[in-house]
Amino acid sequence: MKRERTVVILTIVLAAMLVFAPFLPNWTMFLFTVALCYGIVVLGMMLLIRTGLVSFGHGLYYCLGAYAAGTLEPLFGITELAVMLGSAVAICAGVSAILALLLRRYRDIFFAMLSLAFSMILYGLLVKTSSLGSTDGFNVTVKTMLGVHIAGTAYERYLIFAVTALIAWVCAVLIHRYLNSHRGRLAEAIRDNELRVEYMGASVANTIHLNYVMSAILAGLGGALMAVSVGHIDPEMAYWTTSGEFVFISILSGTGSVLAPFLGATIFESIRSFAYEYSPNTWQMALGAAMLLVIMFLPGGLWSLFRRSGRSAM
Amino acid sequence: MTQLVAVLIDGLIYSSWLFIMAIGLTLIYGVMKILNIAHGSLFALGAYTAASLAGYWFEQGYPAMGSYAVMLVSAVLVGIIAGPLLERGLLRFMYGRDEIVLVLVTYATFLILEDFIKLVWGVDPYFLYQPYGLLGSFDIADLTYPNYNLLLLAIAVAIGAVLAWALTRTRQGKILIAVIHDREMAASQGVNVSRVYFVTFTLGAMLGALGGALTAPMISVQPGIGAETIVLAFAVVVIGGLGSLPGAALAALLVGIVRAATVHFRPELDLFSIYFVMAAVLIVRPKGLFSTQEARKI
Amino acid sequence: MKISNLVCRLLATSVATAALFAAPAAAADKPIRIGLVSFLSGPAAGPFGVPARIAAEAIVESLNAGTAPAPYNAIGFSGVPIELVIIDEAGGATKQVAEFRNLVERQQVDFVIGYISSGDCLAIPPVAEELKKLTVLFDCGTPRVFEEGTYKYVFRTRPHATMDAVAGARYLLDTRPDLASYAGINQNYAWGQDSWNDWTAVMSVLRPKAEIVTSQMPKFGAGQYGAEISALMQSRPDVIHSSLWGGDLEAFMLQSTPRGLFRRSGLLLIAGEPNLHRLVGNIPDGTIVGARGPHGVFAPKSALNDWLRSIYRARTGLDPNYPAYSAAQAFLGLKAAYEKARLDKVRNATPMGAAEGVKEGMEEAYKMPSTDEVIAAFEYLTFDGPSGKVMMKLGKGHQAVQGTAYGTTRTVGGQIKIENIKYYPVEQVQPPEGMSSIDWIKGGLKPGKW
Repeated sequence: MKRERTVVILTIVLAAMLVFAPFLPNWTMFLFTVALCYGIVVLGMMLLIRTGLVSFGHGLYYCLGAYAAGTLEPLFGITELAVMLGSAVAICAGVSAILALLLRRYRDIFFAMLSLAFSMILYGLLVKTSSLGSTDGFNVTVKTMLGVHIAGTAYERYLIFAVTALIAWVCAVLIHRYLNSHRGRLAEAIRDNELRVEYMGASVANTIHLNYVMSAILAGLGGALMAVSVGHIDPEMAYWTTSGEFVFISILSGTGSVLAPFLGATIFESIRSFAYEYSPNTWQMALGAAMLLVIMFLPGGLWSLFRRSGRSAM
Repeated sequence: MTQLVAVLIDGLIYSSWLFIMAIGLTLIYGVMKILNIAHGSLFALGAYTAASLAGYWFEQGYPAMGSYAVMLVSAVLVGIIAGPLLERGLLRFMYGRDEIVLVLVTYATFLILEDFIKLVWGVDPYFLYQPYGLLGSFDIADLTYPNYNLLLLAIAVAIGAVLAWALTRTRQGKILIAVIHDREMAASQGVNVSRVYFVTFTLGAMLGALGGALTAPMISVQPGIGAETIVLAFAVVVIGGLGSLPGAALAALLVGIVRAATVHFRPELDLFSIYFVMAAVLIVRPKGLFSTQEARKI
Repeated sequence: MKISNLVCRLLATSVATAALFAAPAAAADKPIRIGLVSFLSGPAAGPFGVPARIAAEAIVESLNAGTAPAPYNAIGFSGVPIELVIIDEAGGATKQVAEFRNLVERQQVDFVIGYISSGDCLAIPPVAEELKKLTVLFDCGTPRVFEEGTYKYVFRTRPHATMDAVAGARYLLDTRPDLASYAGINQNYAWGQDSWNDWTAVMSVLRPKAEIVTSQMPKFGAGQYGAEISALMQSRPDVIHSSLWGGDLEAFMLQSTPRGLFRRSGLLLIAGEPNLHRLVGNIPDGTIVGARGPHGVFAPKSALNDWLRSIYRARTGLDPNYPAYSAAQAFLGLKAAYEKARLDKVRNATPMGAAEGVKEGMEEAYKMPSTDEVIAAFEYLTFDGPSGKVMMKLGKGHQAVQGTAYGTTRTVGGQIKIENIKYYPVEQVQPPEGMSSIDWIKGGLKPGKW
């Protein structure tokens, strides 16, 4: 029963979002869309963090996913959303499966920094590619969704939001199931002591490999959805500050539940958005202070606010 | 031939600069296991303070050579104010937390300090160019270099040598190594770990500020210089093996020479050079050039 | 019949026109809100973002007080005061798209003026179209905005960057006809790459025999240029082309001057104008500089120019640089379009038929012009800016064109003077409508019809 509670909450939230979104002001809906995209990426980060790995280079897949989706139009003239997302997933899965062979041997700060090096190399490559607009990037348009023309229609924004919410829901439910599976539970054991995990006969390398690929796919999906909702992509998505932001949101959220990343992302986006507006000169200070407060007083992340007695959702 | 000489000299100069940037970072990590992103802000604070104080010095028409002392004083000043403030006021509450959490604490500090600097000094850039040309210059291989570059080199060597000597030859240094090796054991032997941390962080902060103060004459001191520097310093520290002094020196040398060679022979690849070096080194030596084997705890 | 019609129209027009300029209009209780997006943090704040913001604030204050010179002496826009909402441009295109939506929907601004970064200028227009919000891009340079897209709600009141390379090369070859080699040092990001690509393309047309000896591409914000300077010194070009700006430019100058780089090679700075006053003692005489349009030191004397200089000086003690002129051009352009729309409305308001329609016509005319009406007035508009006439002639009437100027520096008594200023008219430095910049350059830079 307990295990299902998270799924029930997720479904209720999804239904509520889909129903109420059309009545929200446009900017709120956009804020939620962005938060959901971040949430999907951070969900992947959470998977890694539970394994004890923090990547300072997840912007690599976030950016790769966005470019895999966005370059379909200039290269092949494809503007169908499903194909764009599919391409993001395929490319991120492929690249991460190869890189994981190397990265799964690394831990701690070395894992973080080697990931950072890879994402910065992608950044450098994209900056050098002036046919893709270098640092200026280029605009991304979606014309059809499963064959239905949506570009320029009144419900375009809503549909993109709805698709993002739906994908976020699917990801969250699947990851939730995975975390409660045998292999999913290995993650925390690996973080605590991987030698013991090996003694028990489980493969640390394979588990990390699998988690890494899954988190890369989630980052790629998040990036592709972000590209579609913002309508513009640039290499900044692979820059280390972007990856730093994901780590930031992950720690802000906590790793207690698959709901946490979405909550954290929404709060992060809101703080930033209002800090931009009310203190245009000191919004970084506001973000930093918020971060420090959370780390000081909520060591388990924002999620611990919702976990009253012991373990509930998980 | 002259090009090779130029690569060597440019590389050496850049390496000494990198080493000065990275040394405080590696020291703090080595002792406290904190990867201090706020090092970038300390760098910026040092540069701003030096630019303001030495700028004032020149305005008053005091002897120009004194400006070097003023720069040094600025770095010490930033170190002994910001270091204790950060360590006592913030970091000491965080000891024992996950390494990544500590990184984020320093990241948050970095964000706050970036805006703090902006509030104090504004967004207009500051200049302190006089000390760069004051020492004259030397000619080699068809090129002219200001002697200030030699000063950088000398300071880098001096810092490295003094630290190495202090760590291996003095009582305090040996205590430090004991703390690095096993904090709990050292504490149980009566070492005041808290004080060691305090001193180390202050010293590290001072070195960060010194990097900024020494860089100020070569650049325009403006918002964002901290962020640019910190990634470079990180890369050097990681390539060298976290916390390793000779590692940082060798990594700085490697990165410096590779970068100079790229600029001279394949300038279009300059953007990647440092990350290629980092990826290559980490692939061959997963924990950096000078890494110590850690015992796996069962 | 005909005569009474004419009388009615004349009467209505003159009454309404008088009302327009004499007293605040009926809707004056609600000011016009303009969102201003400019760099307030990061490296672009000092040289570009903050001067633009200061200029914008000074201009708005002066417009609201009605102290600007004619034809901009009406209070605010058509008598309605203006209010600024200022947003930081830092943070990249993704964040700026979100902030743009907030600005439009949460802050309910009537118009948006902003964007210095070319990446933002590419990302914002589709969103402006979606939200149907008139947006004036004021300082960014990439020609891609209107060469790759067609927009209804987006205008740019500053010429695009193609003229930098074209006029720069013309000036260089005019003053140094013997030029045999050149080199470049540009930042490795879109701006630096585009600038260098334009430059080599123009030079290969105007001086095909000149040799490119080296192209240095340090990363943005590198700060240390030791090796680059060595490479430039050893390759001994006749002139060095550079689009470095802000802190990077200053660091490069501080490090290269003591090394004697400029005793070997000349220097041409594409974006050096905003930093000139700071580089006293660190810039060699004879450096060629431009400002993309006859802005700043290049601006010819006029009442508007004097006005901008005096209100900017009053706030900063400095002369306005080209981002300040860009900001002024955006505000004055929008004001000109708005007031023209208002006038057109009044002129068209009186019904052609019976005289009893006059009342409704007058009421309609009193209403502020709609966005669509302002857009109609803005397209192909010609207006006066502090640096001369600005014509919205490219991009189907949405992209401004101006002539431009280049000059050389000379330091006299602790101040940098610009000498040998040469002005280049529009047809020599801008591609005609419907032709992309790079095609125009490769096709031999043939003057178009204007």
